[in-house]
Amino acid sequence: MSTNTTTTGTPASIAMRYVLSRADFELDVDLEIPMRGITGVFGESGAGKTSLLRCIAGLEQPSSGRLVVDGNVWQDTASRRSLPVHQRAIGYVFQEPRLFSHLTVHRNLDYGRRRAQERAVNVDFEQIVALLGLESMLQRMPDALSGGEAQRVSIARALLCEPRFVLMDEPLAALDKARKAEILQFLDRLHAELSVPIIYVSHNIGEISALCDQLLVMQRGRVIADGDLQSVLMRTDLPALAGEEAGSVVVAKVASYDAEYGLTCVRFSGGELFVSGRHEPGSELRVRIRANDVSLCRVRPTGTTILNILPAVVEAVHPDAEATVLVRLSLGSDFLTARITRRSSVELNLQAGDEVFAQIKSVAVRKIGVEPGK
Amino acid sequence: MFETTSMGPLLLSIRLATTTTLVLLIIATPLAWWLAHTTSRWKPGIQATVALPIVLPPTVIGFYLLIVLGPYGTIGRWWVEVTGDALTFSFTGLVIASCIYSLPFAVQPLQVAFQSLDRRDVEAARTLGASPLDAFFSVAAPLSAHGFLNAIVLSFAHTLGEFGVVLMVGGNIPGETRVISIAIYDHVESLDYAAAHQMSALLLAFAFVVLLSMFVINRRLSRR
Repeated sequence: MSTNTTTTGTPASIAMRYVLSRADFELDVDLEIPMRGITGVFGESGAGKTSLLRCIAGLEQPSSGRLVVDGNVWQDTASRRSLPVHQRAIGYVFQEPRLFSHLTVHRNLDYGRRRAQERAVNVDFEQIVALLGLESMLQRMPDALSGGEAQRVSIARALLCEPRFVLMDEPLAALDKARKAEILQFLDRLHAELSVPIIYVSHNIGEISALCDQLLVMQRGRVIADGDLQSVLMRTDLPALAGEEAGSVVVAKVASYDAEYGLTCVRFSGGELFVSGRHEPGSELRVRIRANDVSLCRVRPTGTTILNILPAVVEAVHPDAEATVLVRLSLGSDFLTARITRRSSVELNLQAGDEVFAQIKSVAVRKIGVEPGK
Repeated sequence: MFETTSMGPLLLSIRLATTTTLVLLIIATPLAWWLAHTTSRWKPGIQATVALPIVLPPTVIGFYLLIVLGPYGTIGRWWVEVTGDALTFSFTGLVIASCIYSLPFAVQPLQVAFQSLDRRDVEAARTLGASPLDAFFSVAAPLSAHGFLNAIVLSFAHTLGEFGVVLMVGGNIPGETRVISIAIYDHVESLDYAAAHQMSALLLAFAFVVLLSMFVINRRLSRR
């Protein structure tokens, strides 16, 4: 993912340049998104995330812009070219499910599928229905579905129109916590089993960290950071990323499983970590560590209940809230962030280059999906 | 045989109302869609024009139509040149007059239905590969079903009950322009109360059945 000034695009990318002026808002972006995995678009509300998706879908007409998908020009305001919405091979999942209330679930799913017959990408109806667990609700009307079920149907409907890629605009925002977790699991399965690339908009960094491979951060209509998830998450200098859910992600390989305690030992460049549950040795996991779950010690702590203690080097200390600071740590070739009180930081006199021990209270792990071309 | 029974004028009225309703659906649907979504500065003017027949006495509309559709009027003369027949005092002329007279009764329910449509549904249809026209027929129209039903019933009923405009433009030609309201008026004029009773009762029953079915269907639609 790189900034690109000519917007010519490569065969496996979505390259775009957009300028959109509104009375109270301006969108000005120039970027290229790889045609694989899940790309997160993160930012506060009003940062321009939805406007960006709407431009890509053709629902919004930019003042000037160019969109090149797989090397094909979809839009170029300079030559007055713009594919109409229905000719862009995209799937769009909105914040609300937007199911057609006069059609059954089955006919909702068929709506896009019937209209997408000339498209090249083939998707299997049975597979998608099974993947999103819709078998039992096909004959029901949308009004009879719960919020979470309706959103699953809308995700399936978008996938079934055989899109080149899928745009998701905060698909979990309208759901309660339990439903969110449920849909996240389904999205995770999609990511693992389907090769369709997804651009996923959210203002929740937890969701993004759990799901995305690449990340771009938007602020006031501009992209202020982009790259692969781990490296962007490490940008402790970006206030946008420093919220409650701030944290980092490392990719680790499963080394062994300890059946007696039900713990899996995983290895990454910074050392070894224990995670709960059984994971297949040799497989790769994505380990997310929240800054709030990391504490620091000058000496290796002993007699502690915390299992995961790793030596690390302080890279930088960034101001955070009134009483806290964010410390960026390097471990091998990976990074961690720790949120500690300003008082502790002063008492320990933390400086860049100091060697410390990071105590990690808890970690969240996710299996890495099979990505095409990898 | 129609002319001698009370059924003739009733059937003619039904034929006129059906034709008018069909023509109006074709005209009023795009007009109502435009009115529901436009931000044009012409909108108030067009809206006022469409609503005129609600306010004006039918005789005024009939009078102007008589002038425009008559063999010396702009449209009437052109019609005579093209078809050889006069528009006034003909069934076709009646259909044109009825369409203008009943236009607001078709446009307004449709406009209300289109305005209350969730534009986001149409957007979703577009992202699923539907062209604008396709999205209209597959999503917007079915979701506006009650608007269409109201437009159909109101234009039909309004045309069925029209009197003043028909009298001015259509006259009283059996089988061609002698609709039921005119026939009743005729019978009363000639003091044939029995025939007037018979036709009035027929029209009353018919109108009641039409309205009743509308309310029953409407209730089913809103329950869904």
